[in-house]
Amino acid sequence: MSTIIDQAADSTSNAHTEAHHGPAKGFSRWLFTTNHKDIGTMYLWFSLTMFMTGGCMALLIRAELFQPGLQFLQPEFFNQMTTMHGLIMVFGAVMPAFVGLANWMIPLMIGAPDMALPRLNNWSFWILPFAFSMMLMTLFMQGGGPNFGWTFYAPLSTTFAPPSVTFFIFAVHMMGISSIMGAINVIVTILNMRAPGMLMMKLPLFVWTWLITAFLLILVMPVLAGVVTMMLMDIHFGTSFFNAAGGGDPVLFQHIFWFFGHPEVYIMILPAFGVISEIIPTFARKKLFGYSSMVYATSSIAFLSFIVWAHHMFTVGMPLMGELFFMFATMLIAVPTGVKVFNWVATMFRGSMTFETPMLFAIAFVVLFSIGGFSGLMLAIAPADFQYHDTYFVVAHFHYVLVPGSVFSIMAGVYYWLPKWTGNYYNEKMGKLHFWMSFIGINVTFFPMHFVGLAGMPRRIPDYALQFADFNAVSSVGAFLFGFSQLIFIYNIVCCICKSNQASDRVWEASHGLEWTVPSPAPYHTFSKPPQVD
Amino acid sequence: MNKPASHTKLIAQLLAGIVLMFGFGFALVPLYDVFCRITGINGKVDLTPGAYHATSQSEREIKVQFIAVNNESMPWVFKPKQSSIKVTLGKTYQTSYWAANLTKRHMVAQAVPSVSPSDAAEYLQKVDCFCFNRQPLNAGEQREMGLAFNVLPDIPAHIKTITLSYTLFDISAASAKAVASQP
Repeated sequence: MSTIIDQAADSTSNAHTEAHHGPAKGFSRWLFTTNHKDIGTMYLWFSLTMFMTGGCMALLIRAELFQPGLQFLQPEFFNQMTTMHGLIMVFGAVMPAFVGLANWMIPLMIGAPDMALPRLNNWSFWILPFAFSMMLMTLFMQGGGPNFGWTFYAPLSTTFAPPSVTFFIFAVHMMGISSIMGAINVIVTILNMRAPGMLMMKLPLFVWTWLITAFLLILVMPVLAGVVTMMLMDIHFGTSFFNAAGGGDPVLFQHIFWFFGHPEVYIMILPAFGVISEIIPTFARKKLFGYSSMVYATSSIAFLSFIVWAHHMFTVGMPLMGELFFMFATMLIAVPTGVKVFNWVATMFRGSMTFETPMLFAIAFVVLFSIGGFSGLMLAIAPADFQYHDTYFVVAHFHYVLVPGSVFSIMAGVYYWLPKWTGNYYNEKMGKLHFWMSFIGINVTFFPMHFVGLAGMPRRIPDYALQFADFNAVSSVGAFLFGFSQLIFIYNIVCCICKSNQASDRVWEASHGLEWTVPSPAPYHTFSKPPQVD
Repeated sequence: MNKPASHTKLIAQLLAGIVLMFGFGFALVPLYDVFCRITGINGKVDLTPGAYHATSQSEREIKVQFIAVNNESMPWVFKPKQSSIKVTLGKTYQTSYWAANLTKRHMVAQAVPSVSPSDAAEYLQKVDCFCFNRQPLNAGEQREMGLAFNVLPDIPAHIKTITLSYTLFDISAASAKAVASQP
């Protein structure tokens, strides 16, 4: 609070209004807030809640898979768990976390007083708790929740779906609306609200990657809304978009879904690239190597994401030319991604590096994301994909890019900016403990999945052949290690908020950028007067 | 304060983009259909009858296999009379499928054909096919359903075997509605 008063005293001209613009009291502060920091905080807490919810589901799955045979879950409920785990982690944990980081950091990084459309911002957050309550409610309905996998392929999600699928469709509509509103807000903020002198090619990379992500959201979330609307019409209004008996085609569903789905996976990774590109230069004490090549690489990845969707469906029976096109286009993505990894390594090269928790997470990101990228290249080879399709190898691949990829980058970002948000340093020892337990946990969980996948274990099954037993037991042990080490993360955050360990304004020795010029904790209103960027 | 140029204009453009992309999702449905028809992929078969006598014949022989599939809850017995025929290209052949309605009610079925490999689809010409019409059967009734076809001689040389698969759908409910709505 003292910082708010300080700032009010600074600017005597609007001291009066400033003094009355502190946060309101009680619950209504959060309900009616239009402040980007409040909304960012709510997004991050919401995401953490969903991360733990989806994580509990993952642990149920791993508990069942600890041994062959059926132990805890019935196959029907197991299917609901795999489906809900995927949906919640993608739409409830990773995406809102990045929107939360964007809300907090983009105005601070570009020297804007707030997001461009504060009321829209409030709306786009408050839709989410309702969307996910509706989605989770389906688990208690007759026939159970969605059980058709997070990709909800027709006809599993239309003809053979449980009755609760309608609620699932509305939940997807709602979070789609939330994402679209968030994306509009980000684009307008970045294009219209930059401080004087903050040229496009001076924007921090986190801002750049988010700008591109927001455009991806605008382009593909409406397509997702379209495909679930078609499902709704097939189920309730007698149309036959995906029903062969009525002249429709189930493969059409996969084409439309993955037209959304592939850019969606880049929506979840591009902001992660941004976060890592902020953190590595700070702890390597060097400028980011190849700034403009980073911007162009991000843009090319975004463009390529629109022409590779059918690599998810190599086995549906495409003509040879189609297989070849999608195979080579997919492999092409390795080029801009390689540029990025090269730039991160080159930034660290001969830097005076220190290994605080955010940097540990960032380095783990670079290494483990690359492993996920390589298994992605293997999957891109169409003839090999016929063997790997729908096995645990695919599960290993996308968990390597999403967990030590997106999730690690979010954790890195939280540790990196937490002192700026709360005004206190977190406990470094606890942070490192959290990192090492997560790092070991994640590799023990997901690395064996490569082996069982290559040996032919299919995904989304509650029971498996005996020869996969040992690797599955190892995976389950790792999963519980990773899951429970997240309690350290939560405890560390709570301690950081409650216990005073005053952080300096710069927080890190070599921090760079506008967000470090405001006091710690960042006052409720910042940059009411735009800073001059030179 | 640098009041930004115009939020409204930018927002309007973005909203237009969103509406456009929502429409694009639906536009993919006909686009995809057209694409499949032009390229003949997906085994989608032309449902217009072909000419009885092909323009030319050739010495090459090819094997045509017949498969019958019942969709989800279709209770009929449905199978081909012959599982495969050796055919000379350009010649017209006749065979049949056999269907029996073992239920205690009148039912209407529709067979939907599919050809594999998909690049053979455009060379398999159906002169006459039970799939051109809906097939009503009374309770306990059975019927042989005829099929006449030829394979065009210019079919690519690498295709040695064609599989013609029919999936039988229960359309009793839909056809009852259609009959009821007729004046």
